[in-house]
Amino acid sequence: MGYNALIVLLGTGILGACAGMVGTFAVLRQRALVGDALAHAALPGVCVAFLIVGERNLPAMLLGAFFAGILGISIITGLRRGTRLKDDAAIGIVLSVFYGGGIALSRFIQNQTTGGSRAGLESYILGKTSGMITSDVYWIAGAAIFSLVFVLLFYKEFKVVAFDPGFAAGQGWPAFFLDLMLMALVAVTVVIGLPAVGVILVAALLIIPASAARFWTDRLGVMLVLAAVIGAGSASVGTWVSSQFGWAAGPSIVLAGTGLFLVSMMFSPQKGVVWRGISGWGAHRRVSRETLLRHVYDLLEQNEFRSKRISREAIQSDVYFSNQESKGALERLESEGVVMSEDPNAGDILVTESGWKAVVEAEREHRLWGLALQEMNGSPASLFEVGNTAWSDLPVGITANFESILKESGRDPREQRLRNDVSEAVNASGSSSREGADR
Amino acid sequence: MTLVPLENVLFAVSRSTFWVTDIQTILVGLVGNSACAILGCFLVLRRMSLLGDAVSHSVLAGIAVAFLISGTTSIMPMFLGALVAGLLAAFLTQTLHEVGNVAEDSSMGIVFTSMFAIGVVVISQLGRVHLDTDCVLYGRLDTVSLDTVQFAGFLVPHAMLRLVPVLMIVVLFTVVFWKELKVTSFDPELATAMGLSAVVMHYLLMSMVATTTVAALHSVGAIVVVAMIIVPAATAHLLTDRLISMLIVAVFCGGISSVLGCLWARWVNSNAAGLMAVVAGVQFGLAVVFAPKRGALSQLIARQKLIFRIVSEDIIAMMYRHAESQAGEKTAKSGAEVARPGDDAGVSRADCLKAAGKRWYGKLAVSQLRRRGFLMENSDGMLFLTERGLDRGRSLVRSHRLWEAYLDENFDLPADHLHEPAERFEHYIGPNLQEKLSQSLDRPSRDPHGRQIPVESPDLPTDETK
Repeated sequence: MGYNALIVLLGTGILGACAGMVGTFAVLRQRALVGDALAHAALPGVCVAFLIVGERNLPAMLLGAFFAGILGISIITGLRRGTRLKDDAAIGIVLSVFYGGGIALSRFIQNQTTGGSRAGLESYILGKTSGMITSDVYWIAGAAIFSLVFVLLFYKEFKVVAFDPGFAAGQGWPAFFLDLMLMALVAVTVVIGLPAVGVILVAALLIIPASAARFWTDRLGVMLVLAAVIGAGSASVGTWVSSQFGWAAGPSIVLAGTGLFLVSMMFSPQKGVVWRGISGWGAHRRVSRETLLRHVYDLLEQNEFRSKRISREAIQSDVYFSNQESKGALERLESEGVVMSEDPNAGDILVTESGWKAVVEAEREHRLWGLALQEMNGSPASLFEVGNTAWSDLPVGITANFESILKESGRDPREQRLRNDVSEAVNASGSSSREGADR
Repeated sequence: MTLVPLENVLFAVSRSTFWVTDIQTILVGLVGNSACAILGCFLVLRRMSLLGDAVSHSVLAGIAVAFLISGTTSIMPMFLGALVAGLLAAFLTQTLHEVGNVAEDSSMGIVFTSMFAIGVVVISQLGRVHLDTDCVLYGRLDTVSLDTVQFAGFLVPHAMLRLVPVLMIVVLFTVVFWKELKVTSFDPELATAMGLSAVVMHYLLMSMVATTTVAALHSVGAIVVVAMIIVPAATAHLLTDRLISMLIVAVFCGGISSVLGCLWARWVNSNAAGLMAVVAGVQFGLAVVFAPKRGALSQLIARQKLIFRIVSEDIIAMMYRHAESQAGEKTAKSGAEVARPGDDAGVSRADCLKAAGKRWYGKLAVSQLRRRGFLMENSDGMLFLTERGLDRGRSLVRSHRLWEAYLDENFDLPADHLHEPAERFEHYIGPNLQEKLSQSLDRPSRDPHGRQIPVESPDLPTDETK
């Protein structure tokens, strides 16, 4: 790897880390697209700076970009507060109008001046990553260190503002000012990143690593570090890909970031799609099993517990299930040995001895939960995390109370006896509950 | 036969270079902006304006991939690619949000930047021979008149052949799905309950946005498409309260942007599309400040009016109380009628300003009250309430004391906490509310502090508390 490639790698790596860190706050604050708006809004600032200075002067143009960006942010905030327009429209208006103005200005500059001294709009939009020089890296490193120091100094304040600005304001903190300071940090990153990766891709650097990091942790400190690592990682991978395949560097970096994001979204523990899919599937199975067991109890009760026999048709008529679902759940019950069928093709199935216990326990737990929720009467049910907690996992002090209430009310399924089908022996016809009642 | 000269004239006009380029540019802008503005209204109302942005950026990937596959720049493959990419962007944004639990704005940001990156990579691989990012980003509005075709005997910019059908499709779409669009935009839950699928409408709308974007992209460029979608619609949203008038105003704003933007560009020798966006932005800024109901200025004026009214009423109420206490002293001696203005019931100007609290408003209020016949001034410079002023003051003090009595009756407040809320609320109690309060309190004659509640005056002046 040559010296130039090393410079580019270093520059993009630091930029990625810095954008990841700053972007974390923007993403948490639900201001992800403000970075995008800022990047677009910076264009007229660059042009105005060029018009004033009269030549390509990096510090002047960065300053122009920074002020235009801050102006854009202020307008967004003002529109959000002062008009009936929502966030999306405010961001869209600033983004497109500023950018339109920038395009007009830069075309004006191009038409005014001849040849050489163009403001370099092309590189501004798409970036000219491969043209990075040592001084660029110094600029980027400086901005990164500046941002890092800022974040470390105001860590606690930023944390509260990022998660709960209302609380911060209630505590008497200058929430608005802190918010603006966060946005200024975003602006610094955007302005520094613009020449390197261009308008749209600098927005991506702010959003993507932070969003990816969000999947792995719930702690802000960890998320900041992770986002920085992911940002630097995607910058390195992207730069490498670009040097290997000759792709444009900026987009390669973004696509590397997108790849890391997708991996995070799919495979991270707890929050990942795969993980949630599996655990959701397990929960769904458990719930459908219990619902079916309770349905079996209902059917037995309709027959006043005189028969172990229930018709397959009745089971499948459960309103909570689709036909397919209840069929699957029933098959699983059969394989568990809760119910058995004398003849797989015939309509009736029998509840086994052990199956009866399972049925009773499911119904009993349901009734106990009913009692408990009734008792809590409006207090948040999440106290017990209903649905995720088994009754037996609750503290004995709570459960014993409800269990005795249930028992005294005479509705405890455990007290219920399931009789052998008496009519079965006498009358082979099956549906003979009336005869059973006579005896 | 008579048409021939007209055609000749038009032909001659179409050959004169200055007007032709301008008019053609303006017309192209007009048609494109109208289509964008119509769709923009629905996007703004649905709080999805940025989806227009996302779709228009993603379209780049669609165009690039379509070129990669088909190898031509002809219109159909480009169009299909853009449409698919636009819909894909909308779909992926929604999917990341729902399946991946990513915040909606983040998911949008991730999707469109990634698709844009794909587009740039593909294009950079192809080389700049056939596809021009410049054109996609800034458009070629200034040069539409160079690329013309013969249509029905006229030289028409090529862009028109794309934009006019698209505008027609958009208008047709809006007319056909008017009810559905309306319901799903304002109340998606209601729409679902009515059996209209909000999801289907969402994707139909997105395909319209993608179609319009790709058609307008060549002429005005991605960002200006976004501007023409969001800004006129947002301007109209500030100015109107009805969907149909919003659409009309939005199209009108888009039209103005097109005309002024093009002329401005011609004047300063710059990019017409960019200046169209700027003109739209200026219109929006004007609407923010000067909108009749919601504008910053009219709200400022309304607030000043309210302050002025409260100050005036405070002065009148203070003077009424003064007159009342003067009269009270007299009644104690003579048993005469309460609250008639006597010679000694005057109030100095300084006391009035003190009651007003705000110096400049107070001065203005005193002179205004004098002009409108509520106050008069005697030769010593003392101020008196006229008959009209007394009526007004009586009504205000009645409101004040009724409210105190009401608070005392219904809330457990200490006696010294009654005055302040009543002082604030007296300005908002009109005759109707007075009557209701009085009824609910069984027509009290005295307030909790033991002061008399003045009886309703028989004929109240008409320009009273609203």
